[in-house]
Amino acid sequence: MTRSDAPSLEPAKLLVVDADGRMRHLPRSALESLFMPGDLVVANDAATLPASLHGTHQPTGEPIELRLAAWVSMHDPTRFDAVAFGAGDYRTRTEDRPPAPPLSIGDRIGIGPLAAVIESKHHRHPRLFRVRFLGSRATVLAGIARHGKPIQYAHRPEPLALWDAWTRIAADPIALEPPSAGFALDWRILDRWRRRGIGFATLTHAAGISSTGDATLDALLPFDEPYRIPERTAAAVNAARSRRGRVIAIGTTVVRALEAAAKSTGRVEAGDGVATGRIGPETPLRTVDAIVTGVHQPEDSHYQLLRAFAGDDVLSRISRALREHRYRDHEAGDSVLIERLAEASSDASMVPKTPPSNMTWDGHRFSDRPLCQSSGAR
Amino acid sequence: MQNEIDLSGLRVAVTGGTSGLGLALVRLLAARGARVAFIARTAGPVEQIAGETGACGIVGDVGRKDDIHPIALQVAGNLEGLDVLINNASSLGPVPLVPLADTECEHLELALAVNLVGPFRLTKALFGALAASARAGHGAAVINISSDAAINAYPEWGAYGASKAALHHLSAIWALEAAAEGIIFLSLDPGDMDTPLHAAAVPDADRAALKRPEIAAAEIVHALAAALPSRIMAVAP
Repeated sequence: MTRSDAPSLEPAKLLVVDADGRMRHLPRSALESLFMPGDLVVANDAATLPASLHGTHQPTGEPIELRLAAWVSMHDPTRFDAVAFGAGDYRTRTEDRPPAPPLSIGDRIGIGPLAAVIESKHHRHPRLFRVRFLGSRATVLAGIARHGKPIQYAHRPEPLALWDAWTRIAADPIALEPPSAGFALDWRILDRWRRRGIGFATLTHAAGISSTGDATLDALLPFDEPYRIPERTAAAVNAARSRRGRVIAIGTTVVRALEAAAKSTGRVEAGDGVATGRIGPETPLRTVDAIVTGVHQPEDSHYQLLRAFAGDDVLSRISRALREHRYRDHEAGDSVLIERLAEASSDASMVPKTPPSNMTWDGHRFSDRPLCQSSGAR
Repeated sequence: MQNEIDLSGLRVAVTGGTSGLGLALVRLLAARGARVAFIARTAGPVEQIAGETGACGIVGDVGRKDDIHPIALQVAGNLEGLDVLINNASSLGPVPLVPLADTECEHLELALAVNLVGPFRLTKALFGALAASARAGHGAAVINISSDAAINAYPEWGAYGASKAALHHLSAIWALEAAAEGIIFLSLDPGDMDTPLHAAAVPDADRAALKRPEIAAAEIVHALAAALPSRIMAVAP
């Protein structure tokens, strides 16, 4: 059974945490009534490749699973960095999976209709390899599309179909795992925001593998991730900032892309880029004021990114509240909205001397403005 | 004075691209400079048309649920997005045509799967890509190939007519809902054409009296160009 066949009976939840650490529990459907005219919501519209590829290591005849972990270059679907596993599938915890057969440069791996070659071993980790698929771009995409499965983990037992891994806004298929915060969006919410004067823009960020089951490899995550920011999205972000509207990122990948594309002034540049390194407590946020994200465990790199938005005291109160109110993890649909710390958003160089005349502006810092127009009391 | 239509760079997907109207559309769109991906069920003809036109050929059956996302992935992946989706693939249902009371349920289901549910699923799977194109200012359109049989009742065209009537209405409702996203929906009736599908339905038709699919394809491309921003350029003869 798949998610679409068995919609959860309990409506998804949303924990809203404002810049002062105050918390409110809302139904996730309340997203449509959050934010203020002039704010801009930015989402990642990457569709997801079925990046778990089962096949046979031809020199030994042993089963092997390759999980595509990172692009070598954006839009070349014939070369990837991949993590290799031995026999079994997602139903075994990645930590417990047997290793892949010993791989040497030049080894061929048969993957359904596709053939791949080990191009190089990674200097950073013995389980990480660079692979090249043989054939044209169209042939390789067809093979991945028809033979691959979405990367999935043991805590979710039912097999995922490709449609389970695509958000409503999924467009260009370059994510290797779903940009899952985007599951909170649907076309109805986007229409409500449009009617209320809340902007919406997208970028495309190739979300990579989120976990490998190997502690030393996981410590390297997230890998470098290519992204593309359309001209209109960069313009919308820069316009929102200059009119003191808030920029709300749907998911950690949007934060990574926007912060990678932001110059020191906070101005975002359009075009292709690669997000490198981790965002953490020491990272100054130059463009993003709030994040909507799934529920993550403290050991995730996603969680580390949240430390750029809120102090550890606030994050542990959030974790406690999520536990006490039985929020479900990010793949199951519950979400958290965190507005970044008030101190972090008071960069005076960002503040125009006079607010635009068409904006309601009360002279406070924007962190004083309510996230919820209707106060969200339900 | 004639209108020259420049489709260079336009990213278009056509279902049912290896015969009849679909094939004429693939050839015309490719000749006008569009980046074309087409879908059809059988690998041999797909490879042949891909080789002939330079378009990207995708093997898949829009009537099968499990094929939809692999098709959508290949369309958006090969074209790096999508501006126009043309849902052209069609099934007559029972061949030869028979009265509804003689129509096997499975044949009605086949017509609905290919002519209604398939276009719905594929459009939904590619809606994100189309909306992204519209947001970027390129415009976006879905063209659903309709039929006279969608409007008028013809004996023995029950499965096909009912499915095309439903598709026509689906297009009308989706047009209203998608307007704010900037995605245009067109439901176009190409007329009675000299195609394999028509020959299967009306084997003894006078082929000379039927419209050539190349003419219908040119009309559809013109309607498409008129619907998208700045695609028609008047040039001196």
